[in-house]
Amino acid sequence: MKKLTLSLAVLAISATGAMAQQVVRMGSEGAYPPFNYINEANELVGFEIDLGNELCRRAELTCEWVINDWDTIIPNLVGGNYDTIMAGMNATEARAEVISFTQAYKRPDPSAYMALAGTDPSVMESGVIAAQSNTIQSGMVADTDATLIEFPTPDETIAAVRSGVADAVLADRDFLMTYQSESGGEFVFLDTVIPPGAGISMGVRQSDDDLRATFNAAIDSMKADGTLNAMLIEWFGDDTPLFE
Amino acid sequence: MFSFCTDPAVLPDWQWFACYLTTATHFAMYRSVLVVLLLMALAAPLALGLGFLGALAMRSAIAPFRAIGTVYVSMVRGVPDIIFFLFVPLALDQALEYVLHKWRCPDWSEPIRRGNDFVVCAQAKFPLSSSPAWIHDVWGFTLALIAFALVFGAFAANTLHGAMAAVPRAQIETAEAYGMTPAQAFRRVLLPQMWVYALPGLSNLWMILTKATPLLFLLGIQDIVFWARELGGQKTGLFAYPHPDWRVWYFLGVLCFYLTLTWVSQRVFDRLMTALSHGQATAGGEALRRAGA
Repeated sequence: MKKLTLSLAVLAISATGAMAQQVVRMGSEGAYPPFNYINEANELVGFEIDLGNELCRRAELTCEWVINDWDTIIPNLVGGNYDTIMAGMNATEARAEVISFTQAYKRPDPSAYMALAGTDPSVMESGVIAAQSNTIQSGMVADTDATLIEFPTPDETIAAVRSGVADAVLADRDFLMTYQSESGGEFVFLDTVIPPGAGISMGVRQSDDDLRATFNAAIDSMKADGTLNAMLIEWFGDDTPLFE
Repeated sequence: MFSFCTDPAVLPDWQWFACYLTTATHFAMYRSVLVVLLLMALAAPLALGLGFLGALAMRSAIAPFRAIGTVYVSMVRGVPDIIFFLFVPLALDQALEYVLHKWRCPDWSEPIRRGNDFVVCAQAKFPLSSSPAWIHDVWGFTLALIAFALVFGAFAANTLHGAMAAVPRAQIETAEAYGMTPAQAFRRVLLPQMWVYALPGLSNLWMILTKATPLLFLLGIQDIVFWARELGGQKTGLFAYPHPDWRVWYFLGVLCFYLTLTWVSQRVFDRLMTALSHGQATAGGEALRRAGA
């Protein structure tokens, strides 16, 4: 019995030792300002990068960021190329069948229809709507009578509206915000909708219960001391919905 | 880059562009040109080597070799390239990790495939999670290189096989009449003469290889197409150098890059063809003989 206790203790120590040095590879898209994007210095920056680094610091993990295309971001997580996804991803039921999510670190983002000024709002029901492929919004457009055109990057959806290929774009309002406010009246919001889903969350493999628990605890601690809210305000402005 | 680049918002136009075009991301794009060239420089000889082996296998007297060569060539030629580019790196990566897992973690009791997940022990990861980013990059590039070599090797095998068959039979018969063994006849007579027949096909392949390099982008490697799309997209005030959608200019640049590359290649192949045609019993060789006479 004594021997067993001893070996258990050794196991526990070596397990924590391994945890401290464990490198967690964090996947992100790097094309979704202000959530995650590549700045001029060729660094991955944004709200989720700040948040992810802070979560790793609290969980005492070494984290390494990996940039991956949006369309293959889930397959490459389950294939083991990296261990987490932080890419403005809403925890929807369809995605939760393939991967699992931590608790939300950002409340469900209202999605907005953005169009050129003077566009008739009826395009939302009967026009051509641009959305990024494999997003919650592309699914929402598909459920309406409007025609959906999909693009692999968020930037291209906006270019499509400007060039007249699409009548409007449906995307997270927080992403569209800077494009709208800097357009000098060229772009207007037609409407906002609350998409289904639990909010923006970190995705992990379904078999990775430990990692999910670790990050859930770290998110809890950031919610409790208000640092998460401060970070949300820093990146998304005063109007962004906060955690209680 | 330049000392005056500290506050881009107040710069006059030419200085703004001088600073903008020398940001770290732009240098990453310039470097990605080298990645494309490196891929071609490595993939071409590898594919040629693989093609040579494939062609030898196809004309081998030993039935199993012939079968391997024929299956390899017809399989790759019969499947869309893009399927191979997606399949080969993924399959190689998982196969390697599977083998490493069995070897390094024999005591691991849980299954590797759990639902959707492919999970191997930490020591079996390749590269290891703790490896620096550049090792992951090199590994990704290597997988892409193998995929390119496999696909283009099959096409090269077919071209070389055809070229070997195109060398006039009388040449081989003469060699045999001189008492050369089949290996000697192959090395001394067939091999030097087949290149002139292979070159048009091989130059075609090189052009296709050049134009296929943007597939790197599909494999997650930050090549010139990735950067053109990334840098050309609209940049809002979050960035130090905001600008509207400039993708058309960036893609124009990429277009010029590829056109230059293929134009230079064509020049080189023309010269090579002239050099190889000397003394050959082909129309090209005959034309050279008459011009010289």
